Amino acid sequence: DVAFVIDGWALEIALKYYRKAFTELAILSRTAICCRVTPSQKAQLLSIVNAKHMKAPCGAKLIRVGVLEILVELLKSCDYRTLAIGDGGNDVRMIQQADIGVGISGREGLQAARAADYSIGKFRFLKRLILVHGRYSYNRTAFLSQYSFYKSLLICFIQIFFSFVSGVSGTSLFNSVSLMAYNVFYTSIPVLVSVLDKDLSEKTVMQHPQILYYCQAGRLLNPTTFAGWFGRALFHAIVVFVITIHSYAFEKSELEEVSMVALSGCVWLQVFVVTLETNSFTKLQHLAIWGNLVVFYMINWIVSALPRSGMYTIMFRLCRQPSYWNTMFLIVAAGMGPVLALKYFRYTYRSSKINILQQAERLGGPILSLGNIEPQTRALDNDLAPLSISQSKNGRNSVFEPLLSDSPNAVRRSFGPGATFDFFQSQPKSSTYSRNKDN
Amino acid sequence: MEQKNKNSKKPSYSRFSQQELPAWKPILTPGWVIASFLTIGALFIPIGLVALSASDTVVEIIDRYDEDCVPDAYSKNPESFIQDPDIKKTCVRSLRVPKKMVAPIFVYYQLENFYQNHRRFVKSRSDKQLRDPEAKNDTYNCFPEARTADNKPIVPCGLIAWSLFNDTYKLSTRGKPITIDKKGIAWKSDTKVKFGSNVYPKDFQKGGLIGGAKLDEKVPLSEQEDLIVWMRTAALPNFRKLYGKIDIDLEAHETVKAEVENNYNTYKFGGRKKLVLSTTTWIGGKNDFLGVAYITVGGLCLFMAINFILLYVFRPRRLGDPSYLSWNRLPIA
Repeated sequence: DVAFVIDGWALEIALKYYRKAFTELAILSRTAICCRVTPSQKAQLLSIVNAKHMKAPCGAKLIRVGVLEILVELLKSCDYRTLAIGDGGNDVRMIQQADIGVGISGREGLQAARAADYSIGKFRFLKRLILVHGRYSYNRTAFLSQYSFYKSLLICFIQIFFSFVSGVSGTSLFNSVSLMAYNVFYTSIPVLVSVLDKDLSEKTVMQHPQILYYCQAGRLLNPTTFAGWFGRALFHAIVVFVITIHSYAFEKSELEEVSMVALSGCVWLQVFVVTLETNSFTKLQHLAIWGNLVVFYMINWIVSALPRSGMYTIMFRLCRQPSYWNTMFLIVAAGMGPVLALKYFRYTYRSSKINILQQAERLGGPILSLGNIEPQTRALDNDLAPLSISQSKNGRNSVFEPLLSDSPNAVRRSFGPGATFDFFQSQPKSSTYSRNKDN
Repeated sequence: MEQKNKNSKKPSYSRFSQQELPAWKPILTPGWVIASFLTIGALFIPIGLVALSASDTVVEIIDRYDEDCVPDAYSKNPESFIQDPDIKKTCVRSLRVPKKMVAPIFVYYQLENFYQNHRRFVKSRSDKQLRDPEAKNDTYNCFPEARTADNKPIVPCGLIAWSLFNDTYKLSTRGKPITIDKKGIAWKSDTKVKFGSNVYPKDFQKGGLIGGAKLDEKVPLSEQEDLIVWMRTAALPNFRKLYGKIDIDLEAHETVKAEVENNYNTYKFGGRKKLVLSTTTWIGGKNDFLGVAYITVGGLCLFMAINFILLYVFRPRRLGDPSYLSWNRLPIA
């Protein structure tokens, strides 16, 4: 786990004379910080490197001019995610070149800020940008994208199963009003408020910045997680379909009613899936999730009151039947039971690092109390707690663990013995961890 | 987020825009999860038992008659029997009542392997025509049963109406006929709104191929309850439709004689016809599925709860234990 810092002159020399070794260093290291590159050095470098085509070791062609742009291009061609931060006009090209450009608006004007993807006020805000906002954004995007696939797959699978019992003729189980309203009204609102979802509070994240590694490199959005959502969609579609056609069989088997029962089952399942995946419930989330269910019934009651619609009186008839409600509860229990059990098992016995921090953060006691509503305080720009190791309880010889198991070089973290992690700040039971701030 | 010393450009603070809304942050503790599984198990098993017992009180008689009602001479070629208009199709069946059936008893005809949910069948109707006598030319969805040979519109058009079921049943017990009430078998909303009271059938079943029953041209569509029941398309290939209601009780071990007119041609596509007499309860007809499913799900939930309790007792893991964090582990020297 190597980081290197290089300034303009040294960078120029390295690129000119030791390009291969420098590139190897760049590949091996996790972080590179380059500073103090002046325009005159860039102009000199122009003449040196001839400013035309240069072959990078990874096979890409470099056609940029400045030093930092060369570096950014080099790293990008080796499949690294690059972030460039700068505050002046000379940084604009580098900012635009990198995957993520951050501009600091301030002393040298607004040029860099305007050209950037994100602009911040001071350099030190970069930490909050990446650690807090970048993390949240990644979590929420991962959830939203996979959930959108899930809810559409659910409907598609049910239609496919229905085609097996309708002679594969292409009959749509759901009528067009329902299908259109499904994506727009019935399932979009709960996830619009997922932009407020926070899995860990800002204070925890700032104290344990290593958690960022668990939100990178596709940890939350990769083929495995997508396969999980796909499997969930398939399982829920099977549950809804089988239960609906068996409980609405023979004399109750009427196309409009079966269609509405299946759709209701889908919407109920969505509600609980969103509930299970949400980490923090603000008032808006409660309103969106439960209000969504109310809106579903209201829209269907309205459509069921129109004499010209195909759905005339369907929802009223269904809501009066006890077997409809029985079917709904059965669908929810049969669909969410395994999901809840699996999630609980993974949460408790195969916790990911995020889960561990979540538990540590929120445990006021073994049973969660409904009075655990805490205003999320403003994040202070605290210093990091000193990074070090705590003594393991029974002195077991733990093995090292690469933070990213798929990183090309799994490196060990070696720290000197010394200060311990200031984890539970107020818990008396953490007696094994001594509070020692002198590193 | 711009911040200047003069605070002139600082964005206005609100809890929403700074994402500081108070939030409830639950976590999955063993207590809650085990409690919820136990609750679901404890709720579902009684509900399942209640549903199962309700379904058990339903008495149902099912009699398949399409094979036996073809005389032996035609058993190799039932289609020609059905399609011949001169042969009498009457067939007498005897049904045994297993337990006492309390009125009202519903008489259904059950069809199997009949795909009323086929796409071309489902769309082959014209709702406008059914409501409104002026809209009788609205037949564009109804091909091939849209117009007669001399281009007059068929009312009601479409394959659904054309294939109207036309077997009839007459029931009698101990020599006395049982009246089957054929009023009120269709949905009220259909008879009032969907099928007009001034729309009369016209040119119906006049073509070369007869698909099913003929309709009385003097009776408006809103009173043709058999047609209305038939046009409520079923979702599955095996379905039952209401034929009528009986308002007397049937005693146990009685024999009911059913005189069946075996008119409907299900032989061409391998369909099956059954006559069903059934009582109903609050949960509907005889359907064990809900009861069994509730008991199964409840049992599984209890099983999971017990598993989690055992895991919690024998392999406890402290939640939020920081020693599980990888960056807290001792390095190898």
